[in-house]
Amino acid sequence: MTERQSIWVFIEQVDGRVADVSLELIGRARELADPLGYEVVGLLCGHEVEEAARDVIRHGADRVLLADDAELASYRTLPYARVAITEARRRQPEIFLVGGTPNGRDFAPRVASALRCGLTADCTDLQIGDYESRREGKTFRNLLFQIRPAFGGNLVATIVNPNSRPQMATVREGVMRMPASDASRTGVVEAVVPEFELGDFALEILSRQVRHSTVKLKDAPVIVAGGAGISDAEEFALLRDLANLLGGEVGASRAAVDAGWIGREHQVGQTGTTVRPRLYIAAGISGAIQHRAGMDQSSKIIAINTDPTAPMLQIAHYRIVGDVGEVLPMIIKALRERSMDHREETE
Amino acid sequence: MTDSRPIDIVVLAKQVPDTHNITGDVMTRDGTMNRGALSAIFNPEDLNALEMALQVKDRHGGTVTVITMGPPKAANILRESLWRGADRVILLTDRRFAGADTLATSFALQKAIEKIGRYDLVLAGRQAIDGDTAQVGPQTAEKLGIPQITYAESILEIADGRITAQRALDSGSEIVRCTMPCLLTVVGSANTPRPPSVRRQIARKLAATAGELAALRTQWPEFETQGALEAYLAAHDLEIPVWTADDIGVASESIGLAGSPTQVHRINFVVLESTESKTVQPTPEAIAAMVAELVHEYIVG
Ligand SMILES: Cc1cc2nc3c(=O)[nH]c(=O)nc-3n(C[C@H](O)[C@H](O)[C@H](O)COP(=O)(O)OP(=O)(O)OC[C@H]3O[C@@H](n4cnc5c(N)ncnc54)[C@H](O)[C@@H]3O)c2cc1C
Repeated sequence: MTERQSIWVFIEQVDGRVADVSLELIGRARELADPLGYEVVGLLCGHEVEEAARDVIRHGADRVLLADDAELASYRTLPYARVAITEARRRQPEIFLVGGTPNGRDFAPRVASALRCGLTADCTDLQIGDYESRREGKTFRNLLFQIRPAFGGNLVATIVNPNSRPQMATVREGVMRMPASDASRTGVVEAVVPEFELGDFALEILSRQVRHSTVKLKDAPVIVAGGAGISDAEEFALLRDLANLLGGEVGASRAAVDAGWIGREHQVGQTGTTVRPRLYIAAGISGAIQHRAGMDQSSKIIAINTDPTAPMLQIAHYRIVGDVGEVLPMIIKALRERSMDHREETE
Repeated sequence: MTDSRPIDIVVLAKQVPDTHNITGDVMTRDGTMNRGALSAIFNPEDLNALEMALQVKDRHGGTVTVITMGPPKAANILRESLWRGADRVILLTDRRFAGADTLATSFALQKAIEKIGRYDLVLAGRQAIDGDTAQVGPQTAEKLGIPQITYAESILEIADGRITAQRALDSGSEIVRCTMPCLLTVVGSANTPRPPSVRRQIARKLAATAGELAALRTQWPEFETQGALEAYLAAHDLEIPVWTADDIGVASESIGLAGSPTQVHRINFVVLESTESKTVQPTPEAIAAMVAELVHEYIVG
């Protein structure tokens, strides 16, 4: 085949607005593609979403495969997967990246199973490299290195799919940086005609209730996060007070989410959101690698932990060995007093 | 009009290390994990899937069959399933299944479900806590050639060969209707799993796989021979069937490590980068000084 090799990104859109994670992945795909001379392709399904296709090109894609059909107006597994499976079989992309959103995590495994290719969930980094397979006694060039924390300790695994294509991976929002939009970029919007089969419409959406999430973890300048070291609802309320005082958001470890202190959309980490705030306060969070993966690029970290050996204390800029129930009120009090002093000064 | 037809359900379950109770003993000095020190539990959301299945059975009749693929000790979650109300359980175990990624896992599950034969619904937990991938459900659905409803929170109706369910999404919720058979992945907020019933636990305490017989007999010396124990289990429907790769008719190259397209290239130990850090005493004065510094550096305020 003489066609250029390509890296695909599944473009998620709601009412024509492209999801941030899709654009972040376009940005990373661009960086991976350039040294290899590959093409960056966005796969976009929807109805009357031409403008979204332009947006994808402005953020770095060379081509957008646009499947426009009334049946594709909102996400449904089978019609969307049909388009991806058909086009991937036809065009043989090398790499196919999907955002780790609820829809992306519904779509990617369905597509990977049909294409019989490997899929790695929740990568925290993607790179290109060579892989020497001892099993097969050969070296594979320019594979996608799918990097993610390994279960059990301070370990990071690099996963490869040497023999199957495309090499598929999902990545959560915020892991990759949003590329700048460049209005002068040009690219091709290529229409593809969906080839649905009858079974693709087995599921119908009867109704949908949209709850606009008010949680803006990714953009919050300050995040006050709590973990399993929080012992009751009252203590968790202190996190909210502190976050409000600092104009920030409340974050949480998976353990705190599982304990029911707060909703899943507040989870920071590999399988939650990746954040880079000015200040991250980790209260009663041990600092497991999956949690650190989502916050270790914060500019300043304050860790509060009763266990002096907790990994979170090791990566913190301010280490406080103490009880959250005592330390949080002290921080709140210090801030309140400062703002009162400040008011007196200005009055 | 609701269906009066009974509904046959297959539940997919996994035994996982209890990542919630990772204690100091579990971490070795070099920061790796001592897996033996972790207790193994029923994956939490798989319990929600089982509960959802049992509720359907309570309402419509039918059967609930639980399958798990795993090491021989995964029979523990199958016993637990029986105690909670499952009619039938199957252990898929074979050394050749080891090292499977999600694709190879879903292939084995597909073959096992097809061997069971008739089913209306397949229910699985949204994800397993040891990987959080949420891939096996959709991949199994694709392999079976049936639709999927991920993140199912409740079943609103089963009627005329179709199921209406509510999905929980980050951005709200969705009510969908789908033809059966189909596969649902169930979220933790769906229900509170019923506890094992004491009555069932007594009746099915001895449920065991063939591989567990020897160990079981040491606990129950009143069975004079292993044969006597075996006969008792058979007579009381207490044998947990074990299926191997051969039993479900899959070739070695499509399962386990060999059937997994993903390979681990390498595992790196992460060295914690100590930052330039300040130790702050948990006293009001020290904390106030830290706050002053943060304000001064325009980090806050
Ligand atoms: C596949 C996978 C994905 C995962 N993804 C994520 C993810 O995205 N995000 C995430 O956070 N986790 C994730 N985890 C879980 C992660 O491995 C840890 O289990 C989790 O982060 C632990 O949360 P924690 O620090 O709150 O709890 P623990 O590890 O139990 O730590 C609690 C800490 O609180 C301290 N403490 C106790 N009492 C007090 C007190 N009174 N005052 C102060 N400190 C106190 C303790 O010393 C301890 O350090 C994932 C795990 C897996 C296997």
